[in-house]
Formats: sequence, C-alpha cells, structure tokens
Amino acid sequence: MTRCIQLLLLLASSPAAFAEGGMSYNLRPGVTAISQQVYGLHMTIFYICCAIGVVVFGAMFWAIIHHRKSKGAKPASFHESTKVEIVWTVIPFLILIGMAIPATKTLLAMEDPSNADLTVQVTGSQWKWHYKYFDYELEYYSLLASDQDEITGKRAKRENYLLEVDRPLVLPVGKKVRFLMTSEDVIHSWWVPDFAVKKDANPGFINEAWTIIDEPGIYRGQCAELCGKDHGFMPVVVIAKEQDEFDQWIAEQQQAYQQAKQEEQALLAMTMDEAELMSVGEQVYDKHCAACHQANGEGLPGVFPALKDSPIALGDVDAHIDIIVNGKAGTAMQAFGKQLTLKEIAAVTTYERNAWGNDTGDLVQAKDVAALKGQE
Amino acid sequence: MSSISDVQIDHDDHHHAPPKGLMRWVLTTNHKDIGSMYLWFSFAMFLTGGAMAMVIRAELFQPGLQFVEPNFFNQMTTVHGLIMVFGAVMPAFTGLANWLIPMMIGAPDMALPRMNNWSFWILPFAFAILLASLFMEGGGPNFGWTFYAPLSTTYAPDSVALFVFSVHIMGISSIMGAINVIVTIMNMRAPGMTYMKLPLFVWTWLITAFLLIAVMPVLAGVVTMVLTDKFFGTSFFDAAGGGDPVLFQHIFWFFGHPEVYIMILPSFGIISAIVPAFSRKKLFGYASMVYATASIAGLSFIVWAHHMFTTGMPVQAELFFMYCTMLISVPTGVKVFNWVATMWRGAISFETPMLFALAFIVLFTIGGFSGLMLAITPVDFQYHDTYFVVAHFHYVLVSGAIFSIMAACYFWLPKWTGKMYDEGLAKLHFWCSLISVNVLFFPMHFLGLGGMPRRIPDYALQFADVNAIVSLGGFAFGLSQLIFLAVVIKCIRSGEPATAKPWEGAEGLEWDLLPAKAPYHSFSTPPEVK
Repeated sequence: MTRCIQLLLLLASSPAAFAEGGMSYNLRPGVTAISQQVYGLHMTIFYICCAIGVVVFGAMFWAIIHHRKSKGAKPASFHESTKVEIVWTVIPFLILIGMAIPATKTLLAMEDPSNADLTVQVTGSQWKWHYKYFDYELEYYSLLASDQDEITGKRAKRENYLLEVDRPLVLPVGKKVRFLMTSEDVIHSWWVPDFAVKKDANPGFINEAWTIIDEPGIYRGQCAELCGKDHGFMPVVVIAKEQDEFDQWIAEQQQAYQQAKQEEQALLAMTMDEAELMSVGEQVYDKHCAACHQANGEGLPGVFPALKDSPIALGDVDAHIDIIVNGKAGTAMQAFGKQLTLKEIAAVTTYERNAWGNDTGDLVQAKDVAALKGQE
Repeated sequence: MSSISDVQIDHDDHHHAPPKGLMRWVLTTNHKDIGSMYLWFSFAMFLTGGAMAMVIRAELFQPGLQFVEPNFFNQMTTVHGLIMVFGAVMPAFTGLANWLIPMMIGAPDMALPRMNNWSFWILPFAFAILLASLFMEGGGPNFGWTFYAPLSTTYAPDSVALFVFSVHIMGISSIMGAINVIVTIMNMRAPGMTYMKLPLFVWTWLITAFLLIAVMPVLAGVVTMVLTDKFFGTSFFDAAGGGDPVLFQHIFWFFGHPEVYIMILPSFGIISAIVPAFSRKKLFGYASMVYATASIAGLSFIVWAHHMFTTGMPVQAELFFMYCTMLISVPTGVKVFNWVATMWRGAISFETPMLFALAFIVLFTIGGFSGLMLAITPVDFQYHDTYFVVAHFHYVLVSGAIFSIMAACYFWLPKWTGKMYDEGLAKLHFWCSLISVNVLFFPMHFLGLGGMPRRIPDYALQFADVNAIVSLGGFAFGLSQLIFLAVVIKCIRSGEPATAKPWEGAEGLEWDLLPAKAPYHSFSTPPEVK
C-alpha cells in the first residue's frame, strides 16, 4: 500500500523522472492545443486525487498507527454525526464542480469540427486503414510494415516494431484537419495520442473529429477498439509537414497516381510469365491475404476458410477473380478490387491457383482481371 | 401420519443429520450447503479464469508472438473476463448471501430453498457449455467479454450460439438467486429485526438483488439480439439492414454498468462488518451507508454511456454522462470516509480479515481515483481502451471485490467450520497477494498512459520492460491464491476449535446466538431482536 502511494507521489512530483528507455510513463502533452489542454486537465485531476488520497489515507494510517489495540487504545463510542456527514458530502461535491468546469470547456472545444481547411476520410477495415483526401484526388491504404518474421522472432525487431506502416497519412501543420471516420466491417478506433484524437470508426456511420498539428514530425498510434484477430497489428502513422512540403508531396503523389494508371493500361497488352506471376503473387498474398488464409493456404478452420484444395481456387477462374475483386458480403472477405492493381490481382489469383499443391496450371493475366472488372 | 410424536421424530432425523454422499449435494435445499457449493464453484472458476490470465501474461511477457495465436489470445481475454465476472465474483457473493443472510436476519433458511438448489445447479452447466465452446472448430468467443457487434455477429465464429446459451443460463441463475434474496430479506426477518437494524451486508445485498433483477433481462435481451443477427437474418446491429452497431453498446452497458455495482455493493457490506469488528467500535454513519448504497445503485442506471465516449455521441450526451458519473464519487467517498471514521479512535487489531479489509479500502480507493479520472470525457478519449482502463477495473474488481471476498471468507470461516484457520499462513497469503497484486496492476496505469491499447497480443518494444514486470506480478499473484486454498483445507481438516465469537468486536446474530460452528439448521425458532 505504502509502495503505491510512494510511487504515486514520485510520479506526481516529477513525471519526467520515469521517462527513460523510450516509454513515457505519463500521458504525453502532445503537439496540438487540444492535446495540451487534455494533458493539463489530466494532471490537474491527478493532483487533486493525490491530495484527497494523502488526506484520507493519512487519517487512516494515523488511526492504524496510533489507535491500535496493542498500544492500549480504548475504543471511543461515537458512531454518527450529521454535521460531519454533510461536510464530507458537500466538500467532494464542490471539488467535482471545480473539475467539471475546465472539463466542459475542453470538451466543447474538442467537439467543434467546423471550418476545417482539409478533410480526410479515415476508413478502417480488418486490419488496415484507408485514407481519402477530399480536397485532392488521392486515396490509399495504409498497412502494417513490420513483417511476419519480426513478429514470430525469426528476425530482430526494428525500432518502431508494430508502429510502422507502408504509407503513412501525411498532413500539413497549422491547418484544421477534419477526419471523417467510418468502417467497412467491424468497429475500429483511430487513435493518435499526440493529437488527443480517438474516435470509433463504426460500420455504416460516419463520426467526426479534428486536429490542428503544431509541429512537423512523425506521430504514431494504434487501433484502440478490439476488431478481431489482428487488432494489435493495425497501427496509425501520421507525418506532419510544413505547408509547402505538403503541397509538394501531394503533387508527387498525384503524379505517381497518374503514372500508375497509365502503366496499368500499358500492362493490359502484355503477358507475364509464370515465374513472375508467382513471385509477385506470393508477395501480394503474404501482405494482404495471409493474415486470414494463412501463409500455408490452410486458413483457420471454423474462422477463415482454406484456399488449399478449395473449390474456389480449383474451380472456375472468373468466379475466383470475382471473389477477390468484389469480396463476399456477410463475411470477412473484403473487396480487393480497389486495394490492389490489376497486375497484383492477376498475380495473386495465379499464385492461389498454383501454390500449396493447387497445381491447376492456370495463369491469370491483368487483362483477364480488367475484362471481368469491365463487365460490371 | 400416525401420531404427533412420530412426525416429530421424523422431522428431527431429517433435519439434524444431512444425508451422506453425492446426493446430499445434488438434492440439498439447505442454505449452508448451497452457500458452500457456490463458494467452492466460484473458487474453481477463479482458478480457471486465473489460468487463462496466466496464458495472457505469458504471451505478453515479451514482445512478439511466442506461445499462442492472436485468435486464441482473444479467446483467452474474452473467456477470462466472462469467467471472472459471471463465474468467480458473482457466485462468490451469492454463496456468501446464502450462508450469511439467513443467519444475520434470524431466519431458518432462504425463502425459496428448492429454487435455491436449482439456481446453483444450472451454473456448472452454463460454464461447461462456455468452456466447451473453446474446443469447437473456429474456437470459442473471441470478441471480448463485452462482445461488441458486429464482431460478435457477422464476424464471429459459430460458437457464439453456445456463448449466448451459456449467458442465458447464467442470467437465469442470477435472477433466481436475486429473487430468493429479496423474498428472504422482506419476509423472514426475525421479530424486531427492522430494516434499519439489518447488518449492512444484508442491506447491500438487498439493493444488489434489485439491480440484478433490473439488468439481467437486459443482458438476456442483448445476447438474443446477437443470436438472431448472427443466425436468423435480423439486423439490430447491422447498418445495411437499418440497424446500428452502437445500439448494441447502449443496451450492453445499460446492463453493464449496474453490473459493475452488482460486483462491488456486497463488498461494501462485508467491509462494513469487518472494519467495526476489528476496530472494536460501532460502524460510523450506519444510516448514511444505507443511503449511499441506494444512491450508488440509483446513479448506476444513468451513467452507462461513459463506457462509450469515443463512439461519437452528441456533446450534450457526453456532458450529461460525465456529470452523472462524477456524482457517483460523492456517495462512494462517503463510504470510505465512514470506514476511516469507524477506525478513528478505535482499538484496532490486525487479523487477516482486517488486513484484507484495509487493503480493500486503500486499493479500491485508488481504483476510484482512476475511475474519476476516466469520468472526465476529454481525458477519457486518451485513456479509453488502453491499459489504464485495465488497471482501473482490476483495482476495483481484484483488490476490491476479490479482496473483500477473501476478507469475508477469513472472517466467517470459524462460523462456517467451527475451527480457526492458521493465522500465520493466512497472513502469508495476505502479504503475497498484496504485494503481487500491486506489481501486477499498478504498472498497467503507466502502460496505458504511455499509449498501450488493451486486448492486443503483441506490443511495441517500448512497452517491453513494464510488461515483463506486470507478468511477473501476475504469476506471483496467481500462485499466492494456492496459499488460500491451503489455508481453507487446513482449517477444515485440522483447524483449532473456534469459540462462538472468535472476534472480540464482532456484532450480529450469527456471533451472539449461534455456537462456534453454525448448526445445519439455525434459527428454526426465530430469535427476538431487541
């Protein structure tokens, strides 16, 4: 008991005393005006709790030390006092009012997403985030960048293990950014501690949140709502840039987006050989499909179906492409038509039809996928 | 029926010697037998749920995946929570109610003894079904004990049907137990035992029983909606069919928040019996304790959405639920102040029940402080769904509810068995539990504030050191509970004989009027309470 109190007091006296080895032992003040207000509120309430604790536990331990039978204490006979009861009902009530006033102010400020400079739609799905900029023609998925070998300990874990993604969200500093949160499957929750933004992404509904980032930097967070098997593996990474760098980044992205589209058209005329399809297919499979269907194609019985020896992977090619492109409603199988390029879909379909002894010999080309998508 | 004297003899035979063998326990309608079965069942579930916690802490000892798959990890967190809430804490309190309420109010038994038997005996089946679901293809429930839709509907394994069925059975058991408690307290008090003379354990249980009857049907409703959404094509929680996943959370927490108080109000009653006994001084502010308990119960119905601040509620609703939640700290504070005032200028001694009660007051209050912090909506956005929350509710449930149950067991064990437990061994249990429970749960506050989400099987490297400490605390706490088992078995088998009132300051009919070991039937003739 005393140990806890000592720890509490130590923490209260110097939050920084604990900050070593990379982990903050207290909330971080963060990099927005709101997050700093939240931090201030957190510390205020913490100190009030400590003060109450010192008084209450102080009285209790005083009694434990001085009013013990072994010291010859004789029990008093008092057992009620309306006056005292009223005092210790009213005083806590006044303390609560003192807490509620700043809390209300901060909350009202947090819940006002009006007059945003920039809007980003954040869509969660099992187990990745999708960002869509409303003001630019730009959208992309953001996936965990730590690989399976790091997770299983076959390879040393890098510094930002589980907190790194392939494509972070990039935002300008000093601008009011509005987030529109939603989900494609279960409930997720988008959380960046340094912004004090945590909002649930509910399927079929849109939630709002906002932030104004003060300092350029890389800010990391995670999905906060249990969303299934890989809930622990869908981090959030935001890079905040100065406005001119942000504009430059947007221009580059849009150019790259156009280029990729052109390349995709050019690809329709080409055919890839089996070796290339299989090697690209394996990469795509490991990144996008293995979380559920497993690297060995055997799935998780009763949860995620196997692809090895499955009627889909051994049956009609078009039906196979269709389920990859459009997903399967009412199940965890997502539509990958927008997540993957034609080439990637072709490769992964080929891979699934020829790996793990599925030897159908079918080779699927980008144009086959395009033809199927075109029919819709 | 031949003659009056024959009937009398039959009657005595039947009542003074319980039948032997297994059928005694299957058929018993005796509140003491049923109380014991509830307590042993609860302890078995405590060890089962604890074993699952050990799996969780072993996996979290180091970053990376070492022992279990994420899907199994999620089953462990889910079933650990369900078992501890519905299998360990709630049945333990029902067991204590069975043993103590009739003795405390001077009644011969519970009012509805056959229903009492039934409400216990369906429980093992409920938990057998729940545990069996872990062995189904696809595994058992893996969506957290709060089973948020649509993770528990569209995206759940088929075993969700078994989960729903077992929760229904647990709910029926709880409702029957609660009805029994209410009917017993209202109808079977000894002459002169007015409401404002009831021991606080009886009062807190009376209020708890009303909470149970109010909210268990809500739980039954919501699991049924999950069942029909999953298997019968309804769309209560599916936006595509006109439903709303957040509706699930509103219904669940309308049950869930009163449920939290169901698991702590009887503790308040226990602590209010033990602190005066070992302070040798009457409980300070008896009437205000009763009113505080009733206010907490009343408030518990209008704070549920504080579990849901991040779901995107209107700001007015957030303010309402924040203010109401903060208000709860007023009556809760009154209770803590009253306990301290009871100790003030008493003549305190420190036997094991008192040690657990003192630890309860301090650690439950720490849990109360973090609860107050969580009530503050803007800051809750940062704490929500992190280890800060895990620390909070384990402080109130483990070092709160469970510690009070331990305290109660040590306090009344002499009355139950007629023997004393080994005080040295019991103190060892206390100190091991106290130290390890804090090593286990205190650093979780730091993990949460540092940014670690809950319910994850693997974490970023910065959290490694603290998680290792937490895991060591967890293993130590788990092992410490085996000492408790040893103390109880040793007491039953070879404890020193107890006196009728082994605790100098204890008050109540069970200590004043019954012999050292409460007889199989007590108060067949109601005592006169002055």
